[in-house]
Amino acid sequence: MARDTSRSVAVLGAGMHPWGKWGRNFVEYGVAAATEALRDAGIEWRDVQFVAGADTIRNGYPGFVAGATFAQALGWNGARISSSYAACASGAQAINSARAQILAGLCDVALVVGADTTPKGFFAPVGGERKNDPDWLRFHLIGATNPTYFGLFARRRMDLYGATPEDFAAVKVKNARHGLANPNARYRAEVTVDDILASPVVADPLHLLEICATSDGGASLVLASTEFARRHGVTGPLVTIDAVSTVTPTFPQTRIDMPDISTDSGVTAPPGMSGGFKPAVIAAAYAEAGIGPDDVDLAEVYDLSTALELDWYEDLALCKEGEAERLIRDGDTTVGGRIPVNPSGGLACFGEAIPAQAIAQVCEVVWQLQGRAAGRQVEGATVGITANQGLFGHGSSVIVSR
Amino acid sequence: MTTDTGRARRPAVDGWFTLDGEPALLGSRCTGCGTYAFPAQEGLCRNPECTCTDHTRTPLSRHGTIWSYTDARYQPPAPFVAPDPYAPFAIAAVELATEQMVVLGQMVAGVGTDELRVGMPVELVVDTLYADPESGDDVVVWKWKPTGSTSGSTAGGTPGGGDRGA
Repeated sequence: MARDTSRSVAVLGAGMHPWGKWGRNFVEYGVAAATEALRDAGIEWRDVQFVAGADTIRNGYPGFVAGATFAQALGWNGARISSSYAACASGAQAINSARAQILAGLCDVALVVGADTTPKGFFAPVGGERKNDPDWLRFHLIGATNPTYFGLFARRRMDLYGATPEDFAAVKVKNARHGLANPNARYRAEVTVDDILASPVVADPLHLLEICATSDGGASLVLASTEFARRHGVTGPLVTIDAVSTVTPTFPQTRIDMPDISTDSGVTAPPGMSGGFKPAVIAAAYAEAGIGPDDVDLAEVYDLSTALELDWYEDLALCKEGEAERLIRDGDTTVGGRIPVNPSGGLACFGEAIPAQAIAQVCEVVWQLQGRAAGRQVEGATVGITANQGLFGHGSSVIVSR
Repeated sequence: MTTDTGRARRPAVDGWFTLDGEPALLGSRCTGCGTYAFPAQEGLCRNPECTCTDHTRTPLSRHGTIWSYTDARYQPPAPFVAPDPYAPFAIAAVELATEQMVVLGQMVAGVGTDELRVGMPVELVVDTLYADPESGDDVVVWKWKPTGSTSGSTAGGTPGGGDRGA
C-alpha cells in the first residue's frame, strides 16, 4: 500500500475547553475552544473563510445550527458555514465538511467547532410519543439504554473469548492513568481494579466506573490547505489529516447496534460475507490514507465502555478477533507499549460531549504528533488514528500524520 | 381481550406481534428477494440490490439462540414505564436462524443473567410490560424465555443478575 497524501489537509491549530459538568451555555465552550485553536494556529478570526459546526440536539435551536451559532458568537465575519449532525460522529462530519471545502479549492482556511452541555444520567430519547422512532421505541418497549448495548458486547466477549471482569477493569485503570496529566480531562484520578469491581453493576457485566459519563466540553480545529500552511509560515513537519472515513454499513448489517431493536436479515447475503460496520469504517480510513494498522503509532478510540475499547482493538486490526484481551494484559496499549490506545485518557477520563468528542480525539492526536502531550506523550509518534461510533449508521475514523 | 386477572390486555405497539396461542413477532418478507424485516417493512426493500416494494406479512421464528445478554440494574428513563418499586430485568439479543437476524427483547421476569449463556435456546412469549396507570390495562410486549423454562408468567419473580462482580 502506498501512503496517499494527495487529499491531505493541514491542521494549523487545535483547542479545547476542558471537559466537566459546568452547566453553562454550550456556545461558551465552543467559543473558548475556537479561540484557543485560532491562537494555536496564529490565524485571525477575520481570516477564517469557512466555519463547520458540529450540532447538539440537547440545547435547542442554536444547537441545531451550530455553525451559525458559533460564527455569530465569534462575531459575524461573512464566512460560509455548515452545521452537521451525525450523533457521536457529528464532529467528524464537521471535520469532513471543512476538509471537502478546502480540497475543492473553495476556501483556504476553515474552523471546525463542536461543543455540548449535557443533562445528568442516561441519555434519553428526545421528548414526545414517537412510535415510528426506533430510538424512542427501544426505551419504551425494552428499556434498552445505551449501556444495554455496551453490556451485550461485553458479555459476548466473556462467553466467546474468555474475557474477565478484570480485563475490562484493566482498560479503565490504564485510561485513568493516561488521563492523569491531561488538563482537558474531567476525571483525573487513578482507580484500581478493586474500585471498579466494587462500583455498582449498571448493565451486567459492566460497572458504573466502566461506562462513560456525559460531559460538557468543547473542541476546535483550524484546518487549511497544505499550500496555505506553507505560505502561512509552517516550516517544520506539517501535521495533516490524511483520511476521514464516514462510511455507512453495508447491507445486510446483521450485528445489532445502538439503537436497533433488530438487525437486517442476512438471507440474501452471499456465503462467506462477513465484517461488521465498525471494521468497515476503519478499513475505509486505512485505504484512503494508503496505510495499514502496522503504520499506526497510537489510537484514540470511543471507549463508551471498557469492553468496547477491546472491540476497537480488533476493529482497528491491531490484533485478530478474540485477541484483544491479550493486548490489554500485556500492556501493549499502555503509553510506552507497542500501540498506545487512548493516551488522552479517552472517554473514561473525559465523559462524552457528543458533538465535541470526535474533534477532541483529533486534537489529542495532533498534540501527540507535535510532541505536546505532556505527561502522556507517545514518544516519536508520526501516525495516529481515531475511531468513533455514532447511532443509525454514523461512525467515523480520522487518520492524522506528520 | 382480557388476562386471567380480568384486566384488558393490549400490545405496547400495534402490529409488531401476535397475542394468541403461540405468539410470534410479525415481520415481513420481500416478495422479490426474500429478505425478512422486523418490524414489517413498507415501501422499498432494504436490500440495495432489490427494487421491490411488495412485502408479505409473516410471523417470524418463535425460537432462537442468545447472541448476547445483559440486564438493566438502573431504572431506564422515560418513555420506559417502570414499576414502583423498580425491579431489574435481563435483556437478550436473540439470533433467529431462518431469518438470519437478531432481535432484542427483555427476558421474562425471574430469569437473571447468571442463568444465561451465548448460544442458549430461547422462545418468544408475550408478557406484561407495564400496567397502564390510567386505564389499568395490561400493556404487553414480546419477551424471551429459556426454552423449556417454566418461569415467565406475569407473576413477576426475583429480579436476576446475581451479585457477580458487585
